[in-house]
Order: sequence, then structure tokens, then C-alpha cells
Amino acid sequence: MTATTSTSAAPATPAPLVDATRDDASLRRFLLGLPGVDQVGVEQRAAGLGTRSIKKDAKRWAIDTAISMVDLTTLEGADTQGKVRALAAKAVRPDPERQDTPRVAAVCVYPDMVATAVEALKGSGVHVASVATGFPAGRTSREIKLADTKIAVDAGAHEVDMVIDRGAFLEGRYMAVFEEISAIKAACGDAHLKVILETGELATYDNVRRASWLALLAGGDFIKTSTGKVSPAATLPVTHIMLQAVHDWHVQTGELRGVKPAGGIRTTKDAIKYLVAVHEVAGEAWLTPDLFRFGASSLLNDLLLQRRTQVDGHYSGPDYVTVD
Amino acid sequence: MSDRISVAKTYKLYLGGKFPRSESGRVYPVTDSKGKFLANAAHASRKDVRDAVVAARKAFPGWSAATAYNRGQVLYRVAEVLEGRRDQFIAEVSSSEGLATKKAESTVDAAIDRWVWYAGWTDKIATVLGAANPVAGPYFSFTVPEPTGVVGVLAPQSSSLLGLVEVLAPVLATGSTAVVVSSAERPLPAITLSEVLATSDVPGGVANILTGRAAELGPWLASHGDVNALDPTGAAPADRVELAREAANTVKRVLTVPEAEPDWTAAPDLTRLRRYLEAKTVWHPLGV
Amino acid sequence: MPVFEYAPAPESRAIANLKDSYKPFVNGEFVDGSGEPLKTINPATEEVLAEVGTASKSDVDTAVKAARKAYTSVWSKMPGTERAKYLFRIARLIQERSRELAVLESLDNGKPIKESRDSDVPTAAAHFFYHAGWADKLEYAGYGPNPRPLGVAGQIIPWNFPLLMLAWKIAPALATGNTVVLKPAETTPLTALVFAEICQQAELPPGVVNILPGAGDIGASIVEHADVDKIAFTGSTEVGKAIQRQVAGTPKKLTLELGGKAANIVFEDAPLDQAVEGIVNGIFFNQGHVCCAGSRLLVQESIAEEVLEKLRYRVSTLRLGDPLDKNTDIGAINSAEQLAKIRGLVEAGDAEGAQRWTSPCPVPERGFFFAPTVFANVHQSMRIAREEIFGPVLSVLTFRTPDEAVAKANNTPYGLSAGIWTEKGSRILWMANQLRAGVVWANTFNRFDPAAPFGGYQESGFGREGGRTGLEAYLNV
Repeated sequence: MTATTSTSAAPATPAPLVDATRDDASLRRFLLGLPGVDQVGVEQRAAGLGTRSIKKDAKRWAIDTAISMVDLTTLEGADTQGKVRALAAKAVRPDPERQDTPRVAAVCVYPDMVATAVEALKGSGVHVASVATGFPAGRTSREIKLADTKIAVDAGAHEVDMVIDRGAFLEGRYMAVFEEISAIKAACGDAHLKVILETGELATYDNVRRASWLALLAGGDFIKTSTGKVSPAATLPVTHIMLQAVHDWHVQTGELRGVKPAGGIRTTKDAIKYLVAVHEVAGEAWLTPDLFRFGASSLLNDLLLQRRTQVDGHYSGPDYVTVD
Repeated sequence: MSDRISVAKTYKLYLGGKFPRSESGRVYPVTDSKGKFLANAAHASRKDVRDAVVAARKAFPGWSAATAYNRGQVLYRVAEVLEGRRDQFIAEVSSSEGLATKKAESTVDAAIDRWVWYAGWTDKIATVLGAANPVAGPYFSFTVPEPTGVVGVLAPQSSSLLGLVEVLAPVLATGSTAVVVSSAERPLPAITLSEVLATSDVPGGVANILTGRAAELGPWLASHGDVNALDPTGAAPADRVELAREAANTVKRVLTVPEAEPDWTAAPDLTRLRRYLEAKTVWHPLGV
Repeated sequence: MPVFEYAPAPESRAIANLKDSYKPFVNGEFVDGSGEPLKTINPATEEVLAEVGTASKSDVDTAVKAARKAYTSVWSKMPGTERAKYLFRIARLIQERSRELAVLESLDNGKPIKESRDSDVPTAAAHFFYHAGWADKLEYAGYGPNPRPLGVAGQIIPWNFPLLMLAWKIAPALATGNTVVLKPAETTPLTALVFAEICQQAELPPGVVNILPGAGDIGASIVEHADVDKIAFTGSTEVGKAIQRQVAGTPKKLTLELGGKAANIVFEDAPLDQAVEGIVNGIFFNQGHVCCAGSRLLVQESIAEEVLEKLRYRVSTLRLGDPLDKNTDIGAINSAEQLAKIRGLVEAGDAEGAQRWTSPCPVPERGFFFAPTVFANVHQSMRIAREEIFGPVLSVLTFRTPDEAVAKANNTPYGLSAGIWTEKGSRILWMANQLRAGVVWANTFNRFDPAAPFGGYQESGFGREGGRTGLEAYLNV
């Protein structure tokens, strides 16, 4: 995989949106001035696109594309080096008996596991992503968040998945959130920054839209739905809103930013619904691991099972794919 | 001492809140039931119909937007003022329709009571005919009755007051406005009623009453593009088919009326109110 | 750049159980009509689907007699509780045969299978289910203690929602105790005749429902038949007026659901992405063959360019093609005649100086298709702003103030529906109050439900279908 940089390293605000971040009041005005989101309308649209029927060649293509977009994730207190190495092995060769199976996009771990993952994935082309900034709650000081980020980056993480300060966001202190994202972005250096909005805690689609724009303005390379530790995690309508945001961002700035739904996507059927949304809401250009990821663990095995079903022409079983 | 010479009344049209003569300058003699001359009534023309429709349309936004409470008060005020002129109406109905005094009294009383009945409906009809619709989805959907618009009314030929009230009051109660062609042979109570309307806070143009011939004026009302509904009660049965055909060209709501004039003393029901109401259904999503 | 080509995903046409020939349904039996048989075609391929026997004037008389006999001897005497059970049975049978009906509908009409499957057929079943419950509760409907049916109802329905319009007509008629002679549209008779089979399966007493395929002359015969008590028509305003003239002076009760030229009004504070969805749904649902289609977009001038840009992008993602493909968003125009009418009005739009944009989607070579089209710079004085196009063609006008929006929206002899998009609650209610239309959708569009009355103001017709209000059309009140 090529590590194409979709944004310039410096988080410079694109010219048309400079005014939005001039000061606290401007930012607030900008975010509250974004068009509202009608809940019923967006949910209907998401459900409608969910009825697309993806068959045959399109399905095979979608499965392989989805595999290549997976951020294979383990974020447990019980994570060990052994567990991370096993995951890394699976990331490189998801289906050892089917060598044409694409590798996944990245392995996603806690900062203290980054070095292990980097070592295990060396030369594979699979990225290492690290959560940071006091994941998942983010309830800690700016210093610790920056230090957390530095640990990950220094250990060789290609990508950093930060969490926003939902408390500050819900208090309406948008500039505080903006500045924190900007600071983390700066600390990332060449590493790509994914900004986790934790949409399940933002509660409304209006907030999801505002948080998406806030993260884009602050220089996030990706906007990501969830930590996976809060229910609801990723949903189709939430992802629709975020895809719409990166689409609109592109229209206004010419820049391509990415989207990552994470948590709760477990089946091939669901993954394909997300790809359809990427295709029809954001646009064809987003159908690449550079711009769309799935934060998931169990999804990969279902994708592999379905891939076998497509290739072999009969249904497969869980014993034919690896448990790692 | 010689008998005093009474002051005779000039009966004119009621149009846009004013009492003009017919633009045609025409009048026709009105007699009592025994053929004795009573007065010259204005003989309305098609241009009077035209002017009346303009007045009714102009009055419609205000009247339809008035609160139901306000419309109810206005209609009740009509009853009050009518009651105050009860004796005059008894005399006019008696001479026009040839009724014995007792019968004329009960007729006028029924007419007054009819206004009271419709006055009470203005702020209840939406409750009775409207609805919150339990639709199968995340929406609030409600249906409200709204006034149809301008209604052309050919008032009954026999019942000069009670019948007139029964065809006019429901139009006004819904918030619609009316252009009425009165009974041709018995127009005088209609004009006196106009005076009641004019002094009862009924805004000018809400009710317009023309004295003249249904056969002459009916087709102009039926074909008028700015009239939304037609009550052909006062048309000769033979003319009603052609009126209804004319009305079809603009998809007017045309009342189905009995061949012969009904018994106007019968208790009223919602039928006429329903005819002048359009159900409007509004939908909105339920979401956060 | 990666390309996500959706492979064809056609629903099997075998599911439709298409037969070579279909016959009129009179007095509980399929009979040979004495009219000239018609060939119904698949508008997506122009191939003949089946031969359909049609009724003649004498068949109309036979059907009305059967309906009268069923009314007098069975249906009007049957307790509402029992009538209700027949309607419930029919609702269930429609649900059970929903796939068959959906595929058949898409074949005959040209509408996308996702619409016939997810909208037309389930809503048709819902109408029977809803009205079934009314059959034994009419005394609570607010029409007096013992509201009576009218008798024999003649019903004439259009081709845009063949089965759904049948349900809108037959369900309330039967629930209130009337019997029915129904004429489906000439180009879409098939699902109505499968519905006739459903009546048989439900063991509905013979004559309660009679279905007579045929052209306009058969509709006219039904309308003029002396022993028909009620006429219900859905279709064009032109034909509606003719029917109203025909019925004039007779005791027949009439309800009309006619054309429209709805304004879909988008304010600058609208939820824009959902508004764009609503605009798309409003005009491109069912190829725009919808009487209440939001065919005039009134957009506030301050956001006109932004809305148009979003709209063009969204419309360009619409997939036009095989109606049976589950991914098709826009199917076939129902007939060559309708296609010609759409083309004619689009040419008028060009000639009048409106600015045309057409979706770059591929258009099949065979069949009657018309690519989604958006006209900008449209003014009230243009034909495409006044006449019902009944196709996938949107006319975009602008406004500056709420008053101007209302004035333009109401500036039409029609008055069927309207849309409002704004996040300001008081403005929604004010607009809803000001718009002279029978259905007002705020922050949504094209929602239908058997519990919600539907019908028009002014030249969009009179009478309502659905809800308690809709029962009036079939009761002697």
C-alpha cells in the first residue's frame, strides 16, 4: 500500500474556511451555522441505500476492497505482545490458503504495543495505527495526551487515532477542542491523524456534523466515528453524515479527507452497505484504504468466509478461517 | 290630523360591505304574497356578480384567518342584532311568504337560533372533523379542516329568511366567504338581513347578497374561475344540470340538493359545514 | 481510480407468474369480455406481456347488475364484523403474494422493483388492513349513529400506482358496505386482475368486486350507468372535469383525485442534505408519475446555487434502467404516449429559455426511458412551471421571502400537495397554514399512510382518501 498523503503535513486551514477558525466566536458561529440534519431523513436515506443489492463480481470486488480497508484492531487491557504478533500475522496474510487475499490496511493497538506491531509488520506494507490521547475517555490533561501521542509516534506508528474532548464539545467550548486536535496533529509529524468523534456520546446528528467539520478544520486526516467502547458505535446514518462532510470539504477545498467507521460492523453485508454509502455519498474517489477504513476485528473473518463462498461457489465454515 | 306618510325603504344590493345599486341600474318590482307592491328591488347583473366575487375573494384571507373564537362571536352578534329587529323580520317574512303571524314568528325565531347554532360550531368543527393521524412511521401527521374559499350560493326561492340563513351561515362559519343570490320573488328579508350583517361586525365582502334571478346569475357564478363551491338550492331543478356542468370546468364543489326545497325547520347537521371545508393533512418527522 | 460497478441484480420475472392472457372479473368469475382484447406491454422493453380481455358497454351493465345484486342481497346486509374479516383476509393475501404482485407491477408499469416491493404493495395491504377495522366501527366515525353505504361504486384508477390506487379505492368502499365495479388503467391492468384472484381466494361473495379492463370509453360507460351510485376517479384533471360534467345533475356521489403542480419550498435554514433527498424523492419517485410530485422547486435565492450543485451531484447518482433490477432508482416511463408528452414539455422548457441539465446516466436503447432532468431559471410564466409534466422533470424557481414563496406556491389552479423545508418550527406551521394544498409535507415529502387523509384543493379534485375523513366518500352522508 502506498502511504499517499492526502493532506499537506502542515495543518493549514484552507483559504475559504480561514474565517471560521479566527476566534472562538467565529468558530461557534460557523459550526452552529452548518445546515441542520433531519434525523428521519438521514436515517431513511441510509436505510434506502442499504437495500442496494451487490452481487457477483461487484460483491467480490467489494469484499476484497473491504478487506484492504480493515484496521485490524485489538484494544484490550489483556493485550500482550503475543496477541499483537498474532494479529499482525493475520493482517499480512488474512487467509493463508488464499494467497491472493489482500492484506488489511493497518493494525490498530494501544501506544505501548506499537513497537511490537511495527516490528511484526516490518516490510509488509501494513500500517501500524495507535490510539492515543487517553483513549478511550480522553479525560486527562493536554500534556499527557501529547505525551501519549509522542510515545506512539516515536515507536513508529504511521497513524494516530485520537479522541476528541467530548466534554468540551458538549459544553460548547469548540475552540478548546479545535486547539487540542491541532496540537495533536502537530505532534503527529508525518503520521496520519484520525480524529475519533465518539458519536455515540454526541447524541445528535447535528453534533456529529459539527464535530466532523471541527475535526476537518483542525487538520484531521480522517474523521472516525467511535472508540468501540461506547454504544452505539458506528452506524450507517452517522457514517453518512461524516461522508457528506468529507464530500463537502472536498467541494470547498479540493482536499480529500478520510472516514473511518469503527465498532459494531461485523458482517460482510454491513461492510458492503458502508461501501455503497462511500460510493454514493462521498464519491468513487473515496473507495480506497487511503480514504476509508473499517475499525473492526471480527469483521475480517466474515469477509474471509464470504470471500471463500464467492470463490469456491459453496458456503464455508468458521473452522476454515483463523481465529486470530 | 292626517295619517303620517311613511318613509319607504330603498332596497339595494349588499356588496363588499356597502349597499350599492345594481351597476346595470335595473330594478324590479317586488310584491307581497297577494300581489301588492312592496318595493323596487335592485336587479343584479352579471357584473354585480363579478364585483361580488372580487369582494368575497378580497375578504377571504382575513375572514379565514380570523380566529374561530372571533368568527363565533361575529355570528353570535348576527343573532343578537337579528333578535333586536325580530318584529321587522316577522313583518317582512309574513308579507313575503304570506305566512300567518304565528308561523312567521316561529320562522324568524328559528332563523335567529340557526345563527346561534352555527356560531357555536366555529371553534369546534376542527376538533370534530380534524385528526391526529396515527401513521406507521416516525412522523407527526395531523389533519385540519380549512375553508374552501369563495362560495356561490343560490338561496332558496321560497324560504326567504330561514332558508337563506341555513344556506349562508354554514359558509361563514367555516371561514369561507359568500356571494348569495337571494330569492327572486321574496328578496326583501335578504336585504334586511344584509343590514343586520353590516351592523354585526361581519367584515365587508364576507357575505355579499344580490337580489335578482338565479336563472340569470347562476351560470355566471357556476362558471366563474374564482368561485370554489356552488350551492344550487335556489336554481330551478331543470337548470341545475347545466350549472353543475359549468361548475365542473373549474372542479367546483357542487352541493347535492334535493329537488324540492327541504323543510328548513328541520334540525341542521354538519353536512353543509363539511361541504365548505377542505381537509389539509400536514406531516412532519419526529426526530432530535 | 477504483470503480464500484454494481453487477445486475434483477428480480426474477418468473415470480410474476405471468400468464399469456387475462380476463375481466365479473360476479366472482373471470369472463370473456366482449370488448376488443388489448395487449399490455412492458414499457422497459416494449415487448408484449399478455393479452387482456376488455369489457364492452354490455359487460359494464352485467358487472353493475352483479354488483347491485351482491349489494342488495349480501354485502349491505352483512354485519360490519363479517365484512371486516373479508378485508383482513384480503390484506393478508396481498402480503402473502407481495413478491408476485411487486414483480408483476414493475413489469407492467415500469416502476423500479424497489418501489413496488417496498412501497406500492405493502401500502396496498396496509390500506385493506386499516379499512378492515372501520367496517364494524362506522357508527364511531362521526357521520351519525348509522351511516349507510351508497350502493354500487364505479371506480376508475390511473396507471401510476395500479395496485395501490386500487387499494385506495376498493378498501374504503368495501369497508363501508358498498360493492364495486373498477376499471384499471388501459396500460396497467395486470395486478388488478391478480387482485381479482385474491378476491376469489378470500372467498369474497361474487359481485362485491368486479374488475373491467378497458379504455376510457369503458370508464365513461361506468360513469354514465344509471344504476351506479358513486363514482371515484383518480387521474388527470382534464378527464376529471369531463367526469364531473357527465355526473352533473345526477344523484351520483363523486370524488375526484386529479393533477397537481406541487411546490417544494426550500428555505435557507433547511436541513440541506435531507432537503436534497426530499427534492429527489419528490420529483423522481416513480419516474415523476405522481400527482402530488414536487415538480416545482422553490428555493430561496440565497442558497439556490448551493442547492442546485448538491442536487445535480445527487441526481447523477440515480441509477436508471431495468425496473426489475433491485438497484434501479428510476425505471421506465409507462407508455410511449407519456414519453412523448414529457418530451414535448421539455422542448417547451428549452424554447422558453429555461436552463436544462440532464443526468449523464446511461439510457437503455429499448424501452421508454427519460433521464432525470432539472430545469433552472424557470419562471412562473413558463409552461414547465404551470403544466403537470408527470415525468422526471423538475422546474427550479427562486424566491426571496416567505410571502413570495407562498404567493408563487399558491399561484396555480391545482392544490394537491406542497413541501416545506426549514428548521424553524413557527415558519413551518405558518407556511403549512398558508399553502392551499390538501397535503403539506414539512421536512419530508411523498409520505402516504392509510390513516392520513389525502386529496386536493381546487382543480386537484375533491373528497379525501384515507383516514376517518376518507370514509365520507362512500357513505350516504
